[in-house]
Amino acid sequence: MPGFYTVARRELRDQLRDWRILAPIAALTLFFPVLMNFTAQRAVEFVERYGADIIGERLVPFLLMVVGFFPISISLVIALESFAGERERLSLEPLLATPLTDSQLYFGKIAASLLTPLGAAFLGIFVYLAGLLVRIGWRAPPQLLLQVLLLTAAQAVVMVTGAVVISSQTTSVRAANLLASFIIVPVSQLIIGESLIMFWGRYHILWWIVIALVLISVVLVRMGLHLFNREELLGRDFDTLDLRWAWRVFWAHFRGGAHTLVDWYRGLLGKTLPQLRGASAIMIVALLVAYLIGFRLAEDFTLPAEMFRVEGIPEALQTQFAQMEFGSGGGWLWVVGTNLRAMLLSSLLGTFSFGVMAVILLMAPVGIVGYFAGNFALAGQDAPRLVLGLVAPHGILEIPAAILAGAAIVQLGLAALSLPKGSSLGESWLMALATWARTILGLVVPLLLAAAALEVYLTPWIAMQLFRGP
Amino acid sequence: MTPLIETGDLSKRFRTLAAVEGVSLRVEPGEVLALLGPNGAGKTTTIRMLAAILRPSRGWVRIDGHDSLLNPLEVRRRVGMLTENHGLYTRMRAPEYLAYFGEIYRLPGAQVQRRTDELLQRFGLSDDREARLGQYSKGMRQKLALARALIHDPVVLLLDEPTSAMDPESARLVRESIAGLRSSNRAIVICTHNLPEAEALADRIAIIHRGRIVAQGTPADLKRDLLGDPIMELRIVGELDGAARLLPDGAAVTEQGTDWVRFRVRDPQAVNPQVIQSMSSQGVRVITLAEVPRSLEEVYLSVMREAQLPSSE
Repeated sequence: MPGFYTVARRELRDQLRDWRILAPIAALTLFFPVLMNFTAQRAVEFVERYGADIIGERLVPFLLMVVGFFPISISLVIALESFAGERERLSLEPLLATPLTDSQLYFGKIAASLLTPLGAAFLGIFVYLAGLLVRIGWRAPPQLLLQVLLLTAAQAVVMVTGAVVISSQTTSVRAANLLASFIIVPVSQLIIGESLIMFWGRYHILWWIVIALVLISVVLVRMGLHLFNREELLGRDFDTLDLRWAWRVFWAHFRGGAHTLVDWYRGLLGKTLPQLRGASAIMIVALLVAYLIGFRLAEDFTLPAEMFRVEGIPEALQTQFAQMEFGSGGGWLWVVGTNLRAMLLSSLLGTFSFGVMAVILLMAPVGIVGYFAGNFALAGQDAPRLVLGLVAPHGILEIPAAILAGAAIVQLGLAALSLPKGSSLGESWLMALATWARTILGLVVPLLLAAAALEVYLTPWIAMQLFRGP
Repeated sequence: MTPLIETGDLSKRFRTLAAVEGVSLRVEPGEVLALLGPNGAGKTTTIRMLAAILRPSRGWVRIDGHDSLLNPLEVRRRVGMLTENHGLYTRMRAPEYLAYFGEIYRLPGAQVQRRTDELLQRFGLSDDREARLGQYSKGMRQKLALARALIHDPVVLLLDEPTSAMDPESARLVRESIAGLRSSNRAIVICTHNLPEAEALADRIAIIHRGRIVAQGTPADLKRDLLGDPIMELRIVGELDGAARLLPDGAAVTEQGTDWVRFRVRDPQAVNPQVIQSMSSQGVRVITLAEVPRSLEEVYLSVMREAQLPSSE
């Protein structure tokens, strides 16, 4: 790819002429690791005085990760500048008029955005390790060093590829910087999570994080390649919020060309539902896995067997049902409200997490059911009776509702990853939002309303019959 | 002759906006075509489709025989494009900048060196080759951008608003440079809303309005077609009196003063000698007989008035 190399080389040269990039990188590479060495040495000496050696042991690797992370944070700035900046300065169009392919330009810029900060990060890590060796004689275990190097590289790739996706939706560096919080916030959360894992000493979890980051990078590269093309870059007016257009796209897909409610339902069942087949399968598997995980966790976190004495259950259930106003309209409203809130929260979280958070949130109640069923079984009771008595009567409608809602949310979350040919990110998202709204309004809400009625009026009766015994 | 640029029913739609609608063009080697139109008329979108940067929503583009949809890379190899904004990298120097684009076009190193020297010399930038591009004046930047578009010696040159927002001196320098780019084996398209520039540089003019070509032809053809036959002005010594009656058939008087008369003629070459002869034979002394200059601006305004009529009705 000679074009890729040419683009990357020019970008690198440009960076090396920009003191705004060079100065912080130099400081973070040479000064910051020395400061961290000093901090590590002092902290280790201090905690040793109180016999809390473990804090020192955990702090030193943690600082190793921090030393690597700070220089790569600059890769985000470089990437935003390289993609959005070049569009803002209008220097991209002359490049687009050349025989360079979109992917040569894309990967050339990605490589250039990564090389300098990543080189600086690795150099910083080396300076930090050398300093530690001299000061306190600490050598990084090879596995930990490899994990930190891979984490650093994977985080840099995620930030840069994410920056490209963001830049492709803006025409100015200012707007790109504002949107960069979509990268900064999750990456900060990730760093906090990694810190906790490192202080907890569960280093093997870092491998899973590396794998997750690699997968996210693949997804973001795929998105970036779709969005970073001549048509998208020059053919659209990104910063303009065209609500009328957005509403037209949404409404056209929501209506699906139907003129009557019957037509609309026919379209919903005949076209939309088959579109959700794949996502529904994911949801079914996820809910089964959640049940099994919950069931299995009961072995590790077993509740006292007395809690599950069959004799005491009818009274306990009666109290619970009475507290929740089951058997009345108030109880029905409460159940409907709770389920709708959970579904909306899942939708919101799913939108910003490619659907992942929504699936996890919808898995949680099923996991809890599994956990109680597991405990029930461990207490020598009949677990299927629990499920049949307390879940199945309304679950027959509520579980399909959860599967459909989850599928629609997953589809919405993944809208950015599978863009229909010729459609923009916004267009694809609006179409997925319309599918989500069709599914929720047409199927999920009616199912939840009916399920809530069953839960409030039928489930208590069946549960009492089953647990009251002969 | 095979045209270097050919389009048929070229159209481009952005969401609900039809930016270009049914444009058909043909530009032969050695020809300069000016695409004339107000801001937002669809000139830049058209030129971007010609350069295979944007894909047409409908219709086709062929550059030197290569279809822009089937073979966009070949099209881009044959096209040099001067974008409306020069888009230079201000931390670079001119030779480095041209070498960068030469490398993108995969020119051998020696050829890049030779072309760089040649183009910097041609556009009068040799003395400033060591300066950073950020230090260049607007005119210099535009000339360097022109050099960039020419680095691979393209057979098609697309110039988008080459002198927009430039001071008159810089604009004149750039115009002179463009005039020097005519070549028998190159086709040039200039997008502009500058009428004198179009008239000075182009062999043919296509007026574009709301994405459609509303008039096309040589400046002379457009004037004749849109403003009618040429108008001649005859000035004589003394008062005109009844001299206007001496004009031969084929000369229709449009207006007259005390010592002058204006008349329309379809064929000035045939009629004007008859006018002189008629006046002389009656003892009327002629001071001048000349064509009344008609600007492209009149043509343009007339076309625009007509084009806007349906929407204002």
